[in-house]
Order: sequence, then structure tokens, then C-alpha cells
Amino acid sequence: MTAFTLNGKPVTAKSEADTPLLWVIRDELKLTGTKYGCGIAQCGACTVHVNGKAVRSCVTPLQSVKGAQVVTIEGLSTTSSHPLQKAWIAEEVPQCGYCQSGQIMKAAELLKATPRPSREQIVTHMNGNICRCGTYHRIIAAIQRASKEA
Amino acid sequence: MDRRDFFKASAGLSFAFAFPFSADAQPSGGTPINAWVRIAPDGSVTILSTGAEMGQGSMTSLPLILADEMDAEWSKVKVEFAPADPTNYGYTFQNAKAMAIVGSRAVMLYYNDLRNAGAQVRKVLVANAAEKWGVSPASLKTEPGFVVDPASNRRMSYGAIASFAKVPSPLPTVDKSELKDKKDFRYIGKPMPRRDTPLKVNGTAQYAMDVQLPGMVYATARHSPVHGGAPESWNDAKVKSMKGVLGTVKLPDGVAIVADTLPHALAARSALEVKWTKGAAEGFDSEQNLNQTYLKVHADPHAKTQTLEAKGDAKSAFSSAAKTYKAEYFSDYGYHAQMEPLNAVARFNSSLNHVEVWEGTQDPGSSREAIARAVGLNIDQVTLHQCYMGGGFGRRSLGDYSSEAARIAREVKRPVKLVWTREEDIAHGMFRPQSFQCLEAALDKDGKVSGWSHCVVGDGGVLLQTGIRIPYYEIPNQHIEARGVSHGIRLKHWRAVGHVFNVYAIESFVDEMAAAEGMDPIEFRMQKMSMTPRARALFEKVAQMSDWKAPRPEGRALGVSISERSRSLGAGVAEVSLDRTSGKITVHKAWLAVDGGLVVQPGMARANVESGILYGLSSVLHERVTMKAGVVEQTNFHDYHLLRMADLPETMEVAFLDRSDQPPSGLGEIGNPWVAGAVANAFFKLTGKRLYHMPFTPERVKGTLKA
Repeated sequence: MTAFTLNGKPVTAKSEADTPLLWVIRDELKLTGTKYGCGIAQCGACTVHVNGKAVRSCVTPLQSVKGAQVVTIEGLSTTSSHPLQKAWIAEEVPQCGYCQSGQIMKAAELLKATPRPSREQIVTHMNGNICRCGTYHRIIAAIQRASKEA
Repeated sequence: MDRRDFFKASAGLSFAFAFPFSADAQPSGGTPINAWVRIAPDGSVTILSTGAEMGQGSMTSLPLILADEMDAEWSKVKVEFAPADPTNYGYTFQNAKAMAIVGSRAVMLYYNDLRNAGAQVRKVLVANAAEKWGVSPASLKTEPGFVVDPASNRRMSYGAIASFAKVPSPLPTVDKSELKDKKDFRYIGKPMPRRDTPLKVNGTAQYAMDVQLPGMVYATARHSPVHGGAPESWNDAKVKSMKGVLGTVKLPDGVAIVADTLPHALAARSALEVKWTKGAAEGFDSEQNLNQTYLKVHADPHAKTQTLEAKGDAKSAFSSAAKTYKAEYFSDYGYHAQMEPLNAVARFNSSLNHVEVWEGTQDPGSSREAIARAVGLNIDQVTLHQCYMGGGFGRRSLGDYSSEAARIAREVKRPVKLVWTREEDIAHGMFRPQSFQCLEAALDKDGKVSGWSHCVVGDGGVLLQTGIRIPYYEIPNQHIEARGVSHGIRLKHWRAVGHVFNVYAIESFVDEMAAAEGMDPIEFRMQKMSMTPRARALFEKVAQMSDWKAPRPEGRALGVSISERSRSLGAGVAEVSLDRTSGKITVHKAWLAVDGGLVVQPGMARANVESGILYGLSSVLHERVTMKAGVVEQTNFHDYHLLRMADLPETMEVAFLDRSDQPPSGLGEIGNPWVAGAVANAFFKLTGKRLYHMPFTPERVKGTLKA
């Protein structure tokens, strides 16, 4: 049993201690906005926040989040009203959409530390997150928009 | 949705269109109804959509065409996936009904059917209102959601009409003259927000991967690492002794492991040791084959040849030529790399005579048939629930992985979610074929290209051949052929597939001739390539967009290229630089002028074309699948490299020529095939060297610079 906080609510997960957080969140705790893409921390589709830091949940063992604050896309805001979510809609970022939860969570980490990032800072920060549809330019535009409107 | 649910849900008025009732309908206890549209008394309109949604926006653009013709209020339209039923929901293509969303043709192939369907709804609503008011239908008009009587200023909402309407049988036919004039379109041609965007920023969009069923168990699979092999035996006892494992299931070309959780299934997969039968691809070495076998086949005068184009007299054009040119090109296998690894969910009923499957599929009709075949059921014993797709790119139109899920569910008698690992998705991938190409051209005494010869060698039949014809160059004498080889490697459509390497070779070759003739590449095409007016207009446009003649910053150069796909035509320019030490090519700017006919959704169309450019750039700079000893060498995204944000051009400019008098053509794949040629041509301008093998990886670039 591993206790942690998920999107502000205390939860207890029954999965084995070494289970990747990704599957605990998706299959045990039934929040499916966090995606499986590669399983080896190469694509970023599974990005969530652990104590405010963006991590790859596919390689994060459950035991490592004991007592931690975990936030997924579902917890970023309950009403899709986070400035990034609004900006993502305004810039019509998603195509297939599969990577976008991870993109938004990664971008949220950036804006928290760097409220007015340059394009270069955005690219450096976001480069680990793959978007196969190629929405990168719109992701940049959405982050810039959110940084202005936040 | 199941027909029965559909029937129950149809509280309001249902319309069936000019299609016959479905012969394959599931028994519903009443009259089976097929329909695109339902209208509830509250005025909400439900439109079924066949737009398999893999990111291109079809779930918005298709119902919107219908909504425009019926004059629905778009904010009151709900969109649902249509059932997997090509007889009633298919478009007609090559004399068959199909729902396959491939070749970027969803809008192109459904446009007329959906307009007719919408106009038919409108006609029925108007007739009912006219009868109620005792006036002639011809005296009435419609506004979004209302029938209006201009003479008396009366208005009746579609919802109100729906509550009393009589739907005639048969339904009225729609004459062309009853369709809207283009100037009256409310939604077609206007940028409208996508319906799926809000769901894709908060994690609620449902992919098959996200389906959860009560009592569901998890499966993963390992397939023969050599394509075409089958499992002979495996360490079954060991695997079954592992934690959470519920069983193993033999698949035609693999072994599935079923467990209580996916991590347990994945752990067991790692421990799985399988003895495989010999596969068709046994021993295959892709590089060696490309460099030796393909060349031999090309050189062999007795090789089996398929003529794809024979225009004029190419032989005489070459024998009487003032000058000839020849060049050879190579390209490697490509992997789809859709972000969502292949997966499906299946659930049998207790008597094992009906299966429900949740899948994201580009071709619901084919998926349903494949599932039925796999588990020995009739098609009406299979219900397919379409889901959003985390990318498709041509991979997801066979129902192969959903058939596996159904097989497993039948064996374990539990609902099951089958998830392929990323490693499996690559190892058991279906690839864009590799190719060797030889191009030759004959120039007459005026330096005009009078003869054209193009031979492509490779596997995959039509996959190898798309994009090899050159309808934009009306060269009088042409001979275009394909020579097949066979390796047993699984191959598939891949975002314009053959276009990717064929257009690369064609446009590189044209550029090579232009340079040798001392001409500007666009001028050469204009003057010497018998270009169509449609292509000319695009080159003029893209030259203007890119300021083609203007000098570039130090170390940068432009390359140009053109491609046709699904009746669209696009000419593009790339601004490129090169790091000679690392061999890394950078594309700084890209411009593409597109003739796509009437653009139904300008915003989504632009997004599709931009996506294509980056997909193209990714394949040109990075993507490469190789096989050694019959086994795919790449395993995940650390060794199958995709374009990342750092590779993003500073600017991408897409312009659509105003061709709204023409029918819509495909736009999802016009963005990528031109990229390779343009990049290679810019590279030549920078270095004086030609890139003859795609992708242009840093190692290859360095090799070319040294040569």
C-alpha cells in the first residue's frame, strides 16, 4: 500500500511498490488522461507533476511518490481553465491529441518557474516531448499566449 | 453504438437517406433504421460522422458539411461516430462502398454524399412545415435551426417540426439545383473550431487505450521477430507461474499473455521465450538487399516489370535526344510511430456468439470484417465501437490488433484490453517500403525534356508506386515502371507512402538537370518540363511567398519541389543550412502553396498541411528502419528518431490558392512528399553535392561531403 496525494485528494494504491506510476494512475486510479507512449522516458506522453516537478510516470516507481503530491492533467484544473489549457484551445494545438496531456503538464512546469519564457527557453524545456502530428509551433504559440495572459 | 442503442436513443425524428435499409442490421425488435441525423424536440441535432478521427479533424469537418446543407444551428449539433457499416455509411470509391479514411480523402470522398444528405433533411423539414401552415414548400426558407415563412414572418424550429414530422418513404431525392449556392454556405469554407479540441486539453478524449470495462483483464503480446514466423512452443509453465498471469493465448504470428494488470502482463512478456517457425523474412538484411539485390533487379533485362505509364514513344525520344541525364536514388523503410501504441479492447457475451470491440480504426468496415473472420463469427455478431486515434498515418486500417484482442477475449472469457508495447509496435510494424530508383531524361535540341523514364524497384506493389506518375509535367514521351522484389517484410500505407521516395527522386532529378543546364530550377520547370498551368500557378505563388530570387543569409540556401496527392497539388520551398562538422541539416523556413480545390475547413486544412511538412521533415532528416537477420533493428524512440521541437523551422507558411470553384481534394498528405526533394536541392545549392539516399542522416551527409 502506497499513500500519496493525487490531484489534491489522498489516495492509497495497492499496486506493488515498483509498479510504474503511469499504470497506477491509469488502471488502478482510473485517470486515463496520462498516456503511455514509449515506456522508457523517451516521449513525454506520460508526464505528470510530482511535488511540482514534471516527471515521466512510465519510469517512476510507485514507491518513490509515497507521501508526495501528484498532479495529472485532470488535476491541473477541474474546469479546463488553466491558462495553458485555454491557450491550447485558442491556438488549436491538438491534432490526434494523444501527446497533449504530457505537453501541457511539461509546459506548466516551465511557466511556474519561468513565467515569461523566450522561444529558446520553451524549445529547450519542451524538446523531450514528442508530438508525432507536428504541433510544435502551435505548442510554442500557446505557451507564449498563456505566459502573456496568465 | 449498437443499432439497438441507436434505436432506443432515437427519441426524436430519424431520417434515413437514399440508402437502402441495411441487410446486415442487428435485430432490433422493430424496423432497423439507418440514419445520419436525428432531431430531438428540444432542437438538438445529432449527426453521425464517419470521420475516423486520428487528428485530421474529420469529426468536425464531415458533419459540418451536412449541417451546412440542412441549415442546422451548429451550436446545437451533437456529433457521434457512425456505426461500422459501409453499406449505409460508406462512400463509393472504385465501385465499392467503403468507410476507410485513408489517403487524406475523407472530405474529398464524402463531400457530395453529405451535402445531399443534409439537403434531404432540409427538404423533409420544409415539407412538414409547409403542410402544417398550408402553404407551398417553395414559398419557405430556412435559417439555422428554423423553417421560415417570409410572407407571414412565421418561424418554426427544427425541434418543433421534429415532434410532429412525417418522414416520407421513400425519402425525397435531392436535385443538384436544390443544393446551396456556394455563397450561401454558413460553415463550409469558414474556419470553425474543432469539436474534439476541448477533450484533448483535459485528458477526457477517449482513445481505445482509455476504455475500462468491469472485470477487464490485460493482455500484451510478442510477435515473431522475423515477419511471417509463427510460435511453435514457449516457456508456458514459467510464464504462467508469474505473478498475476491468467493465461497465454497462441496467436497466428505471436503469443499473448493475459494478466490481472498490465504491468504483470509486461513482466511476463519480458520472461517469455518463444521458439518460432521460420518466417518469410528469415535472414533478410535490408541494407545489403537494397545495395545489391535491388540493383541487380534493375539491371536485369528479364526482370518482371509492371508498366505504370507508357506515353508517346519514350524509346525514340531517347534515341533522338540531343542530351540525356540519368540519376539513381535510394530510400529506407519508414515506421508510422503513431503516438498511441496499437491496442484494442474486446468483450464477448456469455454465449460467445457476440463480441464488442473498442478500437481506433481508420477503416471500421474492414476492422469489423477482420474481427468476425478471426473469431469465426458473422459480421452482425461483431459490434465495433470507434474511438479517437492517437495517430494513424495509414497503419490502422486492417483490424489486425483488434482481431487479436477478440481472439484473446474469447479464450479467457473475460473482457480484455490488449496493449502492444512500443517495442512490439516497431518490431512487428508495417513499414513504408524501401526503394531503389533510376530516372532518365531525354532533352531535345531546344533543351526541352522530351523523354522521361522512371523505374522503381522494391516490395509492396501499389505502396511502391504511388506518386510516381507526373501529371503536373506533360512530358510527351514517358515510360514509368515498377519492378517488384519480395522479402516477407510487412508493409503498409504510410502518409502518402510511395510519394515520399518517388517525389524525392523526381524532384531531385529535375533539379539536377536544371543545374546542369545552368538554369534556375523554377525557370527550368517552367520552360523545359511541359508544366501544367495548375502547377505553374503554384510555382509562381511559392516563388512570391519565399521571395525566391532574394539573397539568403550567409550559409543558407533554398530548394524547391512539387508533389501531387489525392488530387491536390502543392509546390514548396525550404530554406536550409548545414553544419558541416556534425553533418546536421537544419530547415529554417518552409513555404508551401497548395491547390486543394474548395477548402472546406481552412483552419484544419492548414493544420493538416503544417503537420505534413513536419512529418515529412522528420522522415527526411531522421527516420530509418533497418533489418538484420530478418529482425527489425530499431526498438523504441531512442533509436528510431523523430522530429523534436528543436528541429522545428522558425517559420512555416502555407497558402491555399482560391480554387473554391473546384471540388475539395485531399489535404492531409500534400504537406510531406515535397520536403525531401526541396531539402536535397537546397543542400546542393549549399555544397554542390547531391543527396541520393533518404533519410539524410548526419552520417550520410558527412559521407556525401567527403565523396
